[in-house]
Amino acid sequence: MTQLDSVIKPKTKRSKRFLESRAPKLTEDVKSAMIMKGGNTSLTITQALKDLYSLRKPNAVLYKKKNITRPFEDSTSLEFFSKKTDCSLFLFGSHNKKRPNNLIFGRLFDFHVLDMIELGIEKYVSLSEIKASKCPEGTKPMLVFAGEAFDTDNEHKRLKSLLIDFFRGPTVSAVRLAGLEHVLHFTALDGKIFMRSYRCLLKKSGCRTPRIELEEIGPSFDFVLRRTHLASDDLYKLAHKQPKALKVKKKKNISHDAFGTKFGRVHMQKQDLSKLHTRKMKGLRKRKGEVVTGDISRKRISRKRPCS
Amino acid sequence: MAAHSVEALLAKAEQEEAEKLRSIAVHKELDLEFDVGNLLACDKNRIESRDFREQKKEDFLRSLARDNTQLLINEIWKLPTERVEEAIVAKLPEPTTPLPREKPPPKPKPPTKWEQFAKLKGIQKKKKTNLVWDENAKEWRRRWGYKRANDDTKEWLIEVPETADPNEDQFAKRVKAKKERVAKNELNRLKNIARAQKVKVPGVGLTPTAQQSKDELVRAVSVAKTSTASVGRFQDRLPKEKAPKNTGKKRKFEPLIGDFSNEKQKQLELLKVMDSKKPKLDITKAVNKQMREEDREEASAKYKKGAGKKGRKGNMSGKGKGKGGKGKGGKAAGGGGGKKRSKPGKR
Repeated sequence: MTQLDSVIKPKTKRSKRFLESRAPKLTEDVKSAMIMKGGNTSLTITQALKDLYSLRKPNAVLYKKKNITRPFEDSTSLEFFSKKTDCSLFLFGSHNKKRPNNLIFGRLFDFHVLDMIELGIEKYVSLSEIKASKCPEGTKPMLVFAGEAFDTDNEHKRLKSLLIDFFRGPTVSAVRLAGLEHVLHFTALDGKIFMRSYRCLLKKSGCRTPRIELEEIGPSFDFVLRRTHLASDDLYKLAHKQPKALKVKKKKNISHDAFGTKFGRVHMQKQDLSKLHTRKMKGLRKRKGEVVTGDISRKRISRKRPCS
Repeated sequence: MAAHSVEALLAKAEQEEAEKLRSIAVHKELDLEFDVGNLLACDKNRIESRDFREQKKEDFLRSLARDNTQLLINEIWKLPTERVEEAIVAKLPEPTTPLPREKPPPKPKPPTKWEQFAKLKGIQKKKKTNLVWDENAKEWRRRWGYKRANDDTKEWLIEVPETADPNEDQFAKRVKAKKERVAKNELNRLKNIARAQKVKVPGVGLTPTAQQSKDELVRAVSVAKTSTASVGRFQDRLPKEKAPKNTGKKRKFEPLIGDFSNEKQKQLELLKVMDSKKPKLDITKAVNKQMREEDREEASAKYKKGAGKKGRKGNMSGKGKGKGGKGKGGKAAGGGGGKKRSKPGKR
């Protein structure tokens, strides 16, 4: 927002830098997430929140205390927290009789709630329950979505986009091939969503590409979809709007052929002057009645001569 | 014999190749959709729920995940690689999945009043050197800030000008002037912000200035006079004082029955204006408009021309970095816009 050109000027360089870091940017930083629990939580939820925090770790804030709010009823407190910590993703866990073991995934745009999707945990295996060697923290996971529901159902589509946003980690220009260790697999099946987390073992296959073996490391969830709050179409579109400066400008006179060879045009061809639009005058316009083409052409010639 | 063995060898090699590929090949009815920039794969194939129920759940999910991951890994391994510090690194393309932004894209800063004026006049920013020669200290010093060159706040002696009051404190005067400049600048900044946000700029009746002009004094008097409960209605006038100018007019109506000839003339005049097709031309306004347009064109032309070269135009004080010397005396280059303009109405 207009934090930078606010009425009160930052007094020190440090505070100016801080405001700049919070101001909207052309290429944005990694989205950070706040992970918080509601008024009542079960052991499952607390553990799940901790595990999901460890999956997201450098770009997340874990709130240790209770926050008695209900995001689907009033999201102002969430918006306040997001402004405070500059987070645009949130994960809210709660537990009550009506909705036991409840997780709300959500994201914000311009400090206002864009999407919220409520998922109930039916089965949960924590990270520590499975005794296997884990992936190091901050590994960029490979995300796989399976099931046609993710492609057909509107809510599932939005959930997929939200989960990608939540788990994808930083955008990087290159990855170390040996470091591709972590796989998050989401399966939509029978109205449930199965989230599994695997460690990926690269085995020799005899050719360059390795053969993959997977080993479950947890956490794993069986989710059911509960309430949803999806952004309206125009707000969703507005949130996707990319700044003009990011679009790559087309360079003139450079072309590529099918093999990727680059061609540059050095010399301009001669311009076709007959197609040139010149100044039109009323008296020189073609009249409707005249159809004799030869007459017109002769006329044109006679008109051109005195000019040259 | 030899030919036969060659054929056999080739067949064998082919078979081996196929065997190798088998371990990494996965067959799917529909191809997966990849977004390698995000390390993301989407499997759109229908999952048979019967298979799911028959097999053990976890095993089924793991085998599904293995197949999909294998396909994703195959895709990633196709990318161009390079070696960085003993590690093989694959270059990822840009992510293609559209995801919403965190905040709306930054808006360009609205121009300040000065920037608008400078653009109209074609005034360009000039880069000043950071270091300036200090004649007293005999060294290069910063132009601004702590320990700056030619610092006029650190002088221990100020000559009292002949016209000034001898009892006036010249040091205090300087400090006061500086404070007022700062305050004025701050006011301008706030005005710019208000204008940028399209808030009505609060009417700053009269800003304090060192020397008030006659106009300003007149305005101050009229403001003071109308600032009574009756909006200045019962305010006395001094002898010889003129009526305040540019105050609101009161409507005056003609009497209902009275001067008929005058009324007739007025109506006729109005009809005359309406009848003539020619628009009434306000020459002063038109000329002003024309001149402003010319100014703008000139400025834009100059801006386009001048954008390419970055010559410094002789405002460097003395020995700059040496390079700048070339640009000195460049006043003529900046000319063209400097021609004198006659008063608006006289063209």
